[in-house]
Amino acid sequence: SVQDTMAPQTTEKKKSAPPRLYSRAVHLGYRRGKHKQRPHTSLVRIEGVNDKGDTSYYMGKRVAYVYRAQNKQKGKIRCIWGKVVASHGNSGVVRAKFRKNLPPQTFGATLRVMMFPSRV
Amino acid sequence: GYTNKMTRLENPLISRGVRRYGANRQAKRNGFHKKKVTWKKTAPKAEEAKPAVNQVNFSDRVKQHTKCRRSKAITNPLRASLVPGAVLILVSGRFRGRRVIFLKQLESGLLLVTGPYKFNGVPLRRVNQAYVIATSTSVDISSVNVPDDVNDALFKKPKKEKSAKSEADFFGDKPKAEKTVDPRRKEVQAIVDEPLVKAISAVPNLRAYMGARFSLKKGQFPHALKF
Repeated sequence: SVQDTMAPQTTEKKKSAPPRLYSRAVHLGYRRGKHKQRPHTSLVRIEGVNDKGDTSYYMGKRVAYVYRAQNKQKGKIRCIWGKVVASHGNSGVVRAKFRKNLPPQTFGATLRVMMFPSRV
Repeated sequence: GYTNKMTRLENPLISRGVRRYGANRQAKRNGFHKKKVTWKKTAPKAEEAKPAVNQVNFSDRVKQHTKCRRSKAITNPLRASLVPGAVLILVSGRFRGRRVIFLKQLESGLLLVTGPYKFNGVPLRRVNQAYVIATSTSVDISSVNVPDDVNDALFKKPKKEKSAKSEADFFGDKPKAEKTVDPRRKEVQAIVDEPLVKAISAVPNLRAYMGARFSLKKGQFPHALKF
């Protein structure tokens, strides 16, 4: 079109997507017995981890719950940090403890399980 | 050294730096309140033969068990996979996802890595082991000579000057401090990178590999990946 030819020819540097250096995970809920839950520890299902044996890689790895807020603090994106603390059961679920307990609104929310501290 | 002719009752360690009896209580147990203790200073021996039994005195034992982890004498032991010349993936920080070459471990325990700068924009930099994945790929860095003055001091961030707060500061008129890079770092970068660039270019595909960023893709899970 005419507008295309009139526009200045610029060579755009293709910006690649920022690399994903974390595993996606879901916040299943708190550690609990049938009747009582313990909010200090959360249960986390990490994508692709279906076995207790697979969870050993993730021990100690930092976990982040990343969320957006209306008001700016250090930016509008906020984060609650925690770490993977133990495996939970036989199917690859993992326990995580956060600096501040994750609020119950986050059940089902995506968490990021980082690849550090690395032991590889 | 000091000698003490008195015998002492045992004061076992419960935990790091914590003993069963506090200092005062222990002194009472040992009868220090009854006798006046005179500490005889002996002339320091030129060569002390190490005794078979570890005759460590009280204060030394406390020091042993409360050794500060940050003291320079204790460096982070390197993982077996961290071999000089290995290609590492930076997992966090400004250059996350970048593949870099591991040069050596500095005195502080941090790893010295370089891009090389030409290939991926990562300069000579310090990195903590915990934020690094070691791959099985490595480069021969025997031709690389890291100058002696490349140490922690070279990379240490200068302390921010605490200037007196003025009105200009309050209104934000203060001009932003220019970031100056120590020119020595640029020199050293060239010295270190030159042979490295040659070594990498000699290996097919390695140059492109160093320039590429690592990212987890769909269906890739770190526990299943073999680095």
